[in-house]
Amino acid sequence: MNDAPLLTARGLSKHYGPRIGCEAVSFDLYEGEVLAVVGESGSGKSTLLKLLATETPPTAGSVHYRMRDGAVRDLFALTEAERRFLLRTDWGFVRQDAREGLRMSVSAGGNVGERLMAVGERHYGRIRGTAIDWLGRVEIDGDRIDDLPRDFSGGMRQRLQIARNLVTHPRLVFMDEPTSGLDVSVQARLLDLLRGLVAELGLAVIIVTHDLAVARLLSHRIMVMRHGRVIETGLTDQVLDDPSEAYTQLLVSSVLAA
Amino acid sequence: MSASDAETKAPTPTLPRKGGGSGAATDGDDWISPVLKDNRAGTAEEPSPLAGEGRVGDLRSRGATATGYNFAYLDEQTKRMIRRAILKAIAIPGYQVPFASREMPMPYGWGTGGVQVTAAVIGPDDVLKVIDQGSDDTTNAVSIRKFFAKTAGVATTTKTAEASIIQTRHRIPETPLTEGQVLVFQVPIPEPLRYLEPRETETRRLHALADYGLMHVKLYEDIARHGHIATTYDYPVEVAGRYVMNPSPTPKFDNPKMHRSPALQLFGAGREKRIYAVPPHTDVVSLDFEDHPFEVQRFDKPCALCGANNVYLDEVVLDDRGGRMFVCSDSDFCTSRREAGHRGEMAADPAGAGRP
Repeated sequence: MNDAPLLTARGLSKHYGPRIGCEAVSFDLYEGEVLAVVGESGSGKSTLLKLLATETPPTAGSVHYRMRDGAVRDLFALTEAERRFLLRTDWGFVRQDAREGLRMSVSAGGNVGERLMAVGERHYGRIRGTAIDWLGRVEIDGDRIDDLPRDFSGGMRQRLQIARNLVTHPRLVFMDEPTSGLDVSVQARLLDLLRGLVAELGLAVIIVTHDLAVARLLSHRIMVMRHGRVIETGLTDQVLDDPSEAYTQLLVSSVLAA
Repeated sequence: MSASDAETKAPTPTLPRKGGGSGAATDGDDWISPVLKDNRAGTAEEPSPLAGEGRVGDLRSRGATATGYNFAYLDEQTKRMIRRAILKAIAIPGYQVPFASREMPMPYGWGTGGVQVTAAVIGPDDVLKVIDQGSDDTTNAVSIRKFFAKTAGVATTTKTAEASIIQTRHRIPETPLTEGQVLVFQVPIPEPLRYLEPRETETRRLHALADYGLMHVKLYEDIARHGHIATTYDYPVEVAGRYVMNPSPTPKFDNPKMHRSPALQLFGAGREKRIYAVPPHTDVVSLDFEDHPFEVQRFDKPCALCGANNVYLDEVVLDDRGGRMFVCSDSDFCTSRREAGHRGEMAADPAGAGRP
């Protein structure tokens, strides 16, 4: 563990013409820390995630990342090759729709092994062994390794996506609404699994969600966004139990108690 | 013949220059008039301004211009455009160079790309061989050979060793190629990543970044499904340690022949509008896994006609009771072996007068 921040965002803004995607977002993320970004639809959560994952260039601001070699680099100054290498080794991206994050016509084993092959693993037996190991860790039976993801249930696809992302031992994982669209019992199992993996691997996670329960269960810190701006930030329990902003109070009180 | 030879040699017949004129073709009238004059004059009494250039005289006597086609069918500007693409392709081995593919008088899928490449590199002194699935006598091969015999008036052959240009569909001849020979492949799908990544913008980016993990995903899927790498043709190769390339649908049996071949290998895809190349003596390595190394097909028996081992064999069905034979796919190789006295188990006629 290193005390310097893993990821530093400063004044990050994205404008779509006259419209604001997100405005002047600044924060630090440390190793092993789970940061939840919450807010209603259209509040700029997903835009922020896209900016951080360098999928879209910012209008203003910067994101710096501490690489594995300790050098702090400006993410938008990386070459395309470096950026891709980062994306498939040190980072993961778990998407809301598993179809975007998986290759649906490639077997589960191939999906998990793709990153390994992309970084130069050329031994079939080892790739397969690693794939079986990871399928086990996300609670998918080893005998499903040669099945296609399209034959999997929604929850299994999401778990396969997680295995596919974690196989290269990334340090930072982006998650975009990983549990929405799943029924509650499957959600609970997935969250349980995620919490275990995050703790075990010491992952830093930025998770975007509109579900405050997910934020409370997984995250250490929380950022509340509205109209593209961060309006409140703090420890998750503190913000959710004692929200200071009126909007956050509204958000928290909107959750139905089971 | 090397590509640079082609660059200087082929244009001469129809881009003649007056006197010792050097440099590029000059103003329109200046260079076009001798040709027009030639065509009108036929057997002109007036001394041709090209009298000094023996090759043009040869060409006329062979009747190439009498057909009404420009030499080798394509116009000179098109050939120059294709040659530029070829030179770039040779400079960047395995890289797919886009080119402005023309309509050819044949359907896509019949070798429009290969024909354009051949037309661009062929000169009047070249000897052309055309093979289709290894054979010199199938429709595709015969038609293309006739096409160039008619439009370029070049000599044709079926003998691999005598040919300076070999246009091929799906085989590399068994007789080892030599320095100075050009092998032109007809390519249907030049993009090795095509069935893995549908977006052309993305495949180009993957090539640019040498991001080829996907190719191994394909091979992984093969082993997972079939227990071994089941890709038997169009087997992806890495050229000169950089670009991954489709060797056109040749059987993987032929992949090792591409490795450090002394011949120049050119690939033309007409419909997909791409040209790529493997220069002589270039490393061509088939992709594989450490524990599932690349292997070529093996055959249990030698060729039934010429008895050759370690060659690629075609299965020929003889009757509807399961009778079959395996013969060389390379018809020229098989014929010359039989002429040299080799006999396979089913070669009944001692004259060796063709296949049964």
